[in-house]
Amino acid sequence: MIWLELCLVYLKIGILGFGGGYAMLSLIQADVVDRYGWISLQEFTDIVAISQMTPGPIGINSATYIGYTAIHNAGYSMPVSILGSCLTTFSVCLPSFLLVLLISYAFAKFRHNKYVESAFLGLRPATVGLIAAAALLLMNEENFIDYKSYLIFAVAFGLTWKFKIHPILMIVLAGVAGLLLY
Amino acid sequence: MYWTLFLAFMKIGMFTIGGGYAMLPLIQREVVDRGWMSKEEFIDIFSVAQSLPGIFAVNISIFVGYRLKKKLGGLVCALGTIMPSFVIILLIALCFTQVKDNVWVEKAFKGLRPAVVALIAVPCLTTARSIKLSYKQLVIPVGAALLIWLVGVSPAWIILAAIVGGLVYGLNKRKEV
Repeated sequence: MIWLELCLVYLKIGILGFGGGYAMLSLIQADVVDRYGWISLQEFTDIVAISQMTPGPIGINSATYIGYTAIHNAGYSMPVSILGSCLTTFSVCLPSFLLVLLISYAFAKFRHNKYVESAFLGLRPATVGLIAAAALLLMNEENFIDYKSYLIFAVAFGLTWKFKIHPILMIVLAGVAGLLLY
Repeated sequence: MYWTLFLAFMKIGMFTIGGGYAMLPLIQREVVDRGWMSKEEFIDIFSVAQSLPGIFAVNISIFVGYRLKKKLGGLVCALGTIMPSFVIILLIALCFTQVKDNVWVEKAFKGLRPAVVALIAVPCLTTARSIKLSYKQLVIPVGAALLIWLVGVSPAWIILAAIVGGLVYGLNKRKEV
């Protein structure tokens, strides 16, 4: 039952998605690509690229896109697939909504709560690992097809790291490089 | 009022590229400069919204909306934040399935896929730097990444383990003091 599974997966991402969009990626990939196979790893990479090029949080962008694509790939028509993206976007936001309502009642207490502060001693370093895993998982032969791919990766990494080039510009440049090299 | 809230957060949703602290000045301008809340109150909300799971921009919009107009306010602000991304991505999704097999699109994507990986690798290093990881603590992210990448452990378990580990360590440390 793809609808229920999509809903549950995105609720889970909404509940466990600590540390921002990039840390969320490995969580999304684990279920959407590896466990359920709704989309291929290549499609997932494309979605990340599109999410980075378009405005809006990466979490919403990818939820909307994956909801549509997963339902579409399952053989449903276009209007039904749009419902899929509504479902995933709604599901990923629902936990936030409930949590904020809950916390608003005890806002002052939550800020300096010893349990919350302690949990973050573990969460903060783990977030770095989650982002690293997202990058490592995408570093496979589907995305790195030949030596040119490694070249593009190295140049993109160097430019972003050293010169803080804007992600949108970087993706456009890499796209142009693809047109020229392949 | 609801309409103004909706529009203000639509603007925030449209211009959140980068997320997190990059958004601080933008949201502050919309929320504090309009006199909806004091700067102190806003900074408090900002830091709590950052420690919640989920999408940060959505969290902060629900927080601000709830403060101003209770549940309906939270809902309106969240919808405002989501709307631009949702519409833009849906349009792209509709078109992309048509052009995906185009030769030129294929070539461009062959080039940009490795760059996407680089764009994820960089924030990994900058985050590590900004939270000032010590060499001893480095075991946690390296271990987490290897478990997910090589062993195939679900990231969900890593997150739960990190929370439990943090709680055990933090609460014990407090007892000692």
